[in-house]
Amino acid sequence: MSEKLKTNPSIELSMETMTRRALVIGGGIAGMQTALDIADAGYEVILVEREPSIGGHMIQLSETFPTLDCSQCIMTPKMVEVSQHPNIRLMTYCEVEDVAGKVGQFDVTIKKKAAYVDREKCTGCGLCNEKCPTKVSSEFDLGLGKRKAIYVPFPQAVPPKPVIDADNCRFLKNGKCGVCKKVCEVEAIDFEQTDSFVEDRVGAIVVATGYDLYAKEKVSEYGYGQYPDVISGLEFERLLSASGPTNGEIRRPSDGRVPKEAVFIQCVGSRDQEKGVPYCSRVCCMYTGKHAMLYKHRVPDGQAYVFYMDIRADGKGYEEFVQRGVEEDGTLYLRGRVSRVFQQDGKIVVWGADTLTRKKIEIAADMVVLATAIVPTAGARELAKKLNITTDEYGFYNEAHLKVHPAESGRPGIFLAGCSHSPKDIPDTVAHAGCAASKVTTLFSSLRAGSDATDSLTQLSATEGREG
Amino acid sequence: MQAKLSCATVQSDFVKKVEELSGQDLLACYQCGKCSAGCPIVEEAEILPNQVLRLVQLGQKEDALHSKTIWLCASCYTCMSRCPRGVDLSKVMEALRQIVLRKNFDHVKISELSRKTIEELPPIALVSNFRKFTG
Amino acid sequence: MKIHYYPGCTLKVTATQFESSAIASARAVGVEMLELPRWNCCGTVYSLASDDLMHQLAPIRNLIRVRNENGNAVTTLCSMCLNTLKRANLLVNEDPEKRRTINAFMDEEEDYDGGIEVVHLLEILRDRIGFENIREKVTNPLKDLRASPYYGCLLLRPEEVGIDKAESPTVLEDLLQCIGAEPTDNPFKTECCGSYQTVDKADLVMEKTRDIISWAARNSAECVVVSCPLCFFNLDRRQKDLAERETGAILLPVLYFTQLLALALGLGAEVCGFEMHVVDPRPLLSGKGMI
Repeated sequence: MSEKLKTNPSIELSMETMTRRALVIGGGIAGMQTALDIADAGYEVILVEREPSIGGHMIQLSETFPTLDCSQCIMTPKMVEVSQHPNIRLMTYCEVEDVAGKVGQFDVTIKKKAAYVDREKCTGCGLCNEKCPTKVSSEFDLGLGKRKAIYVPFPQAVPPKPVIDADNCRFLKNGKCGVCKKVCEVEAIDFEQTDSFVEDRVGAIVVATGYDLYAKEKVSEYGYGQYPDVISGLEFERLLSASGPTNGEIRRPSDGRVPKEAVFIQCVGSRDQEKGVPYCSRVCCMYTGKHAMLYKHRVPDGQAYVFYMDIRADGKGYEEFVQRGVEEDGTLYLRGRVSRVFQQDGKIVVWGADTLTRKKIEIAADMVVLATAIVPTAGARELAKKLNITTDEYGFYNEAHLKVHPAESGRPGIFLAGCSHSPKDIPDTVAHAGCAASKVTTLFSSLRAGSDATDSLTQLSATEGREG
Repeated sequence: MQAKLSCATVQSDFVKKVEELSGQDLLACYQCGKCSAGCPIVEEAEILPNQVLRLVQLGQKEDALHSKTIWLCASCYTCMSRCPRGVDLSKVMEALRQIVLRKNFDHVKISELSRKTIEELPPIALVSNFRKFTG
Repeated sequence: MKIHYYPGCTLKVTATQFESSAIASARAVGVEMLELPRWNCCGTVYSLASDDLMHQLAPIRNLIRVRNENGNAVTTLCSMCLNTLKRANLLVNEDPEKRRTINAFMDEEEDYDGGIEVVHLLEILRDRIGFENIREKVTNPLKDLRASPYYGCLLLRPEEVGIDKAESPTVLEDLLQCIGAEPTDNPFKTECCGSYQTVDKADLVMEKTRDIISWAARNSAECVVVSCPLCFFNLDRRQKDLAERETGAILLPVLYFTQLLALALGLGAEVCGFEMHVVDPRPLLSGKGMI
């Protein structure tokens, strides 16, 4: 906990000095849900997202467990609601640059990154995207598909306004092309644009910056990054997605063939203090079970194998979901880790174990999907420094109290939502986001009720140092 | 096929001896099987390397010491180099062998090796084999 | 440069061709290997029992021999010797109590201070001479030779003594490329050959040999390149044993990396001892015009 937290517990505040506006950092499901909850309670929210669109990782998913709801179907209404809510100021392609002040009076500086597009003027017609001659690897499709240099990351993006990737734009690099500008009917292309900064004051901040997957380079023993047909769970989601690079068909990245033998490996990097992180990433048992089911739905004559150590299916309907995969879709669960994966003659040879039959298992797979560990998103530690909150040794933000104050950081006025705090599935993320929102609205409304302004803050401060 | 467990079995002198000789925390192993998945001699083994360790965790001295696996081990160190829990299984295998060998029981019958075999083999084969399989 | 050289028993008995080709090729690239006087068997394999100091005496005594010659480093060719010497060295460096006990027991020797560095010849070629410098000295590049490197275990594991990455080593491939040969891949290049099980469980070793050789052949290798005399025996001799049992077995010659290096440096077959091999490499090599 930082030095600031040890200062006096009673902070002078009144209705005049408490700004009842919240800043939510991160526009994934956690950030969106928090923003909606706070906005619905009647307070202003600034939602800052560094990607061109909100949606986070959840919008990259195909169907979600345990209901197999289509992720876009759940999310897009919320995304539209966020963009149209009168109390939410949506700032995409922006980042928090600096934060000063204290609870009730945070002065934030937000960087609006140069998009080279006037996103106010832009009507989202898509002509620029169509005409742009440059194709590069799509980050949204995790390298399995392509996008243009002027792009909207995915079809349901909110806002549906493009940005230009300066590193790959021919005009910005070499002064050539510029066709987007020529075809734009509202003159929204502005190659002179630069980063700009806006300042604002907020009373509370919610950090909902989400997660990333364990880096490719760290998983060298499974050929990830070396063999194109060894992919991560999130990449598999893109293959499953109807709007993904293969239109929802499961195809090998190497040659486009449909894989008949699909191996799914759980705990890649997780529960691995030697080569990865010691913690459990919580969602992989469930999404791997889901992947095996969806694979079988798309490839009825294929076989899915899952190498596991344990099955963690603790949510509502979770255990039944996993069993459904086994009984209805014939997923074969093999209890043991995988020692080696190597490529030979177009197949990926997997050496694992089944400790239950005491056999070393060899499978010549067509595709291998790795359930890689969940880690904090890039830049989490730097943001923590700006906010003056602490992270644990992995970079996840520290909560004020693991059991009874899970949505509060150690610092008054700064709250946590979603995977920025620890790995979570969607139901828990939404619950956590709601919890953070309620803390914010309590903070704002306790003053409106005329109660002693210091009360709620005293309570917050008193939780510092109490571990249990 | 039954094992009766109690403090006496799972905290026995045998278990303590294996821990001491190997220097490993036996309960750190969560039986993931990765060692067995990469072991070069499993085809000949009647129980998997991870199962040998499991038997020691349960204090099953006779089963562990009578396994063929500990004598098939080639000390290739693949298991310990991949273990996600940092357990050095090659040292556990050595500890089990030593417990047997130190009772003056040799695993290799040197007198039964033909002169021809001895002359053909590289000296390191004989040295390392006797190092591992004699007391 | 000069460096003390620890041969170990096998290099003097069944692997003399490894030694002769190594000393000659090392000399040709500027490394003078000086055989240690009064060396003894290293006592391979490294004893893993925590209370066993008796079996550490042999390797430590060899390191004392290096000190006797006022040396700071010693090189070896045999993977098993490398592993044993290095691990024993690490043990006494990490545990001064054990070092004291060993020194006290071997009171006829000077005390070992823990300061000797043990390096494999491949490390010297890679890190101190540099493959680019070796390439410049190559007079007979081994063009069109498809060679499958086989590392075995003890050269790479455990990590603290390995000379390269255990999962994806490249030192032999890099050396082969710099002498003009074409390294081929083999997914079994770091899988154990069966090691000392060859003494009384030859069948087990033959199964390993079958896997290693057949994978090399599937990837179009014409020969297998090794760095350890036991791997050599297991792959060379047991290949023949396998062929006697089964028809249709492919026979791939097994070569030490130093033999190929010697040929590439123009030192000729005289230092290579090919007549000692069970699977004769001479037809392959003369077919390629290399001998």
